Amino acid sequence: MSEHMKREAVLRPLIFETGSPESRCIESPALDIPDVDISSVLGGFARAQQPHLPHVTEVEIARHYEHLASVNFGVDSGFYPLGSCTMKYNPRIDEWACRLPGFAGAHPYQPAETVQGALGLMWGLQEALGEISGLPAVSLQPAAGAHGELTALMAIRAYHVANGDVRARVIIPDSAHGTNPATVAMCGYSVTQVPSNERGGVDLEALKAALDTDVAAIMLTNPNTLGLFEENISEINRLVHEVGALAFCDGANLNAILGRARPGDMGFDAMHINLHKTFATPHGGGGPGAGPVCVTEALAEFLPGPVIARDSDGSFMPVTPSRSIGRVKSFLGNFGVLVRAYTYICALGAEGIRDVAEQAVLSANYLKERLRGTYDLAYDRTCMHEFVLSGERQRKQHGVRTLDMAKRLLDHGVHPPTVYFPLIVHEAIMIEPTETESLEVLDGFVDAMLAIAAEVEADPEMLHAAPYTTPVRRLDEAAAVKQPDLAWKPAE
Amino acid sequence: MNPKDLRYDKEHEWVKVDGEVAVLGISDFAQDQLGEVVYVDLPAVGDELVAGESFGEIESVKSVSELFSPISGEIVEVNEALGDAPETVNEDPYGDGWMVKVKMGDASELDALMSADEYEAFVAEEA
Amino acid sequence: MRFIPVSCEQREHMLHAVGVRTVDELFEVIPADVRLTRPLDLPDGMSEIDLAAQIEALASSNTSGLVSFLGAGCYDHYIPAIVDAVVSKPAFFTAYTPYQPEISQGTLQAIYEYQSMICSLTGMDVSNASMYDGATAFVEAALMAARFTKRHRVVVSAAAHPEWLEVLATYAESGMIDVVTCPAVGGRTDVDALAELVTDAAAVLVASPSFLGCVEDLSVIGDIAHAAGALFVVAANPILLGVMEAPGVLGADIVVGEGQPLGNAMSFGGPGFGFFACRQQFIRQLPGRVVGRTSDVDGRPGFVLTMQTREQHIRREKATSNICSNQALNALTAGVYLASVGMSGLAGIGRSCIARAHYLRDALIATGRFSAANAAPFANEFALRYDGDVAAMQHAMLERGFLAGLDLSRFSSDYAGLVLFAVTEKRTRAQMDRFVGEVVSL
Repeated sequence: MSEHMKREAVLRPLIFETGSPESRCIESPALDIPDVDISSVLGGFARAQQPHLPHVTEVEIARHYEHLASVNFGVDSGFYPLGSCTMKYNPRIDEWACRLPGFAGAHPYQPAETVQGALGLMWGLQEALGEISGLPAVSLQPAAGAHGELTALMAIRAYHVANGDVRARVIIPDSAHGTNPATVAMCGYSVTQVPSNERGGVDLEALKAALDTDVAAIMLTNPNTLGLFEENISEINRLVHEVGALAFCDGANLNAILGRARPGDMGFDAMHINLHKTFATPHGGGGPGAGPVCVTEALAEFLPGPVIARDSDGSFMPVTPSRSIGRVKSFLGNFGVLVRAYTYICALGAEGIRDVAEQAVLSANYLKERLRGTYDLAYDRTCMHEFVLSGERQRKQHGVRTLDMAKRLLDHGVHPPTVYFPLIVHEAIMIEPTETESLEVLDGFVDAMLAIAAEVEADPEMLHAAPYTTPVRRLDEAAAVKQPDLAWKPAE
Repeated sequence: MNPKDLRYDKEHEWVKVDGEVAVLGISDFAQDQLGEVVYVDLPAVGDELVAGESFGEIESVKSVSELFSPISGEIVEVNEALGDAPETVNEDPYGDGWMVKVKMGDASELDALMSADEYEAFVAEEA
Repeated sequence: MRFIPVSCEQREHMLHAVGVRTVDELFEVIPADVRLTRPLDLPDGMSEIDLAAQIEALASSNTSGLVSFLGAGCYDHYIPAIVDAVVSKPAFFTAYTPYQPEISQGTLQAIYEYQSMICSLTGMDVSNASMYDGATAFVEAALMAARFTKRHRVVVSAAAHPEWLEVLATYAESGMIDVVTCPAVGGRTDVDALAELVTDAAAVLVASPSFLGCVEDLSVIGDIAHAAGALFVVAANPILLGVMEAPGVLGADIVVGEGQPLGNAMSFGGPGFGFFACRQQFIRQLPGRVVGRTSDVDGRPGFVLTMQTREQHIRREKATSNICSNQALNALTAGVYLASVGMSGLAGIGRSCIARAHYLRDALIATGRFSAANAAPFANEFALRYDGDVAAMQHAMLERGFLAGLDLSRFSSDYAGLVLFAVTEKRTRAQMDRFVGEVVSL
């Protein structure tokens, strides 16, 4: 961890508590047109009391946010092996691309002939994602992964409804992300959970028992959240289709199989893709992302509109599919994110994209082998891009929980892996290194994990209070819930 | 230790019978598993409880658990103090951390519940 | 280009440590029948210099330098230079969701400050950490009102943005809510019709300014909603909230909107962000993330994601929403923007937009080619009826370097002949005078 992330850092007052009341940053120019009487033109609804906004000069803004940045950890700060989140390096050419005035300054309602570059880029991205997923029809509209899941499930629902087929349930394995069941509920379906088998895959017998003509779809993550490729995927999707249900692939883990396998070829009917995972667009501290949906030809007409079509004369036009579920968002999608992903795909090309999966899988297996023995493996199989350890042994033998070990990693300058997920593994530690980390970084992480395992045995008490060196230490989350302080208010 | 005069169920709820009225709460084991309780969502006076069905929720910072009623009956009192001080459930699960008082519909439902000794054996097995 | 920092030699070392000879062996866990045995049908990779040229060519094939009067939910406001300088800091944009608060205080504090600003702008007690966009925040408000009131039907004003109405209809297909549309009259909600429709409604949803730019009489609508026990949801344009009354003062229970005007580039319509604020009493039904202030074990103040039991990763199918992200970087952008314009600056920008919009509208009506579409008070945006072929006029003006507003016939035949003009503080008197002069000459 860099020096300024250390404990000595002085915490910054709120921006509201910075500057003096007369401080200004941006001044409005004088009006070159007649002024208006605001209250009368607004029909009497002029603001009576001004909002409480900061009063700061530009240098104070620069320093305030520079300080906040200095107490924030990003991929550029160090290793970020957050399982299922694919925290890979964000190439700077992508940032440059989305800021080009021709893209950043375009208005979504400009006439199509004035935005052929933007529409052409979107069309190109649709084509590329269709090829990568093996599902040729693509909507770029959803703003995030969960939004993509919802969009795909809505399209599946519309497909069944169009066939006069009323179905009520969606099947989800017990290893699924929480967004899957939440999406099912938002779509008006009920969740049927199926257990995992002893190899970490879907229990086929349980699946067969759950399947009937009341099932609208299955939602599967493949590779799944244990980092394991679903061995019976063809059989699962065959069984699903046999009862007239459709198969949705949660694309969270697409990074593992790029150029090596395609959900469309596995029998999936629809998937979403997290551009902010697989295609290197930055996570932004929680967004913006983009969650394009790819579907079979049979589902294409249900996609949200508009999608981008290419005319016979080579021009690009937004068009709404014939039986579209309707919009799921304003305008065309998170275009700035689409520009980054398209640029990334162009940079890598077919071969480079396949290299991503190869290195991501090799790096994960390398870490797994090096940590084997010191930590228990939840499932001892060749993994894909991530794997799951269990801290159950450390808990039982030394009373140290996975949370404690995760917090101790912060003292080692590493962002902890995903912990306590998937829910089916006790004290889970889910590690995804991605392809963009060097061998030195991977070995450094192993060293930190081994050092912590030794600390667990030597001084378990010490771990309960970790971290020690971060700008703040463990925060009182219970107090945050019981006495919620969600906004600064000026002193009365 | 778990008080001997209470009855327990497999959802880690306890029942204390006082004439027609039963007091409900969660066990010491349950509060320990949850961690610091930050919110308790309880029904209103007059609501009907059905044995085996959910009557509320209890939350820690990172978990939500449903409260399942061991018995049937009508709510006659709710522990309003938990609204401001949900941590009372941790501090005094068998006393001030009680949740609701119920006018029992069918006292024979109590027969299916465990004694303190039986409950302790059950917990030992679960852990 | 590749972004893989592992050498061939290191790769051999790693393969050896794993106990395989080739990477192909690792991929044997994929059943043979679903393995891809051909290369992806995509172009070859490129060097950065070639890539930059290709992308720049695409960007510059968009027509730029046009003087724009387009708005309708996406606005060409000035973005202070400090804004991009801040949001370009890698520690912000390369970070994940702040699940480890000890090393995420920057994102967390910035969002807390953002939430505070949104609360103050809207007159609400609580704001979440932002949502996908204004339209989806509008939908989430309807769903939240349904949960809170345990009612099923929401009444939405037809005067709101047509795309927002469409998104609401898409979500309503799930059966979670029924949507009833209250007709519009003169660009605003028909309050007499609303009074008829509001019975048993979970919520009344309106936008002010409306899609046609008109200022709604929120007090009257709020009274109608509340008398029926419905929540009052108001969509606002945040850049106007330095001069327009806070919806919270006028009775709103939930205030949402599209945050793009606050320092975010138009970017062909995204990413912007949705803001979502409400009264304290709805806090447990709030969708999305929220940041709270607390303290650490040493008593130092700090920030955390809080009230997470509402969310999908804990409550799964019973969560308040399936949303699992926010538009954190766009919310940060808005925070930096609001800090840079400050209290008086925001009011100045609002005043400037409103004054310019009134100047342009008067000038266009004075040409005799345009007439008022309605008589309602308006702010930064207004609709006019053109006495000729709208498409031909817009095409001719495009050739003269102008984006001449939005032809509203694209949304509905009810809007045929209407053009929606938006005016920001960036439009100068000279540009507007030239526009009016050219339009007259057609």
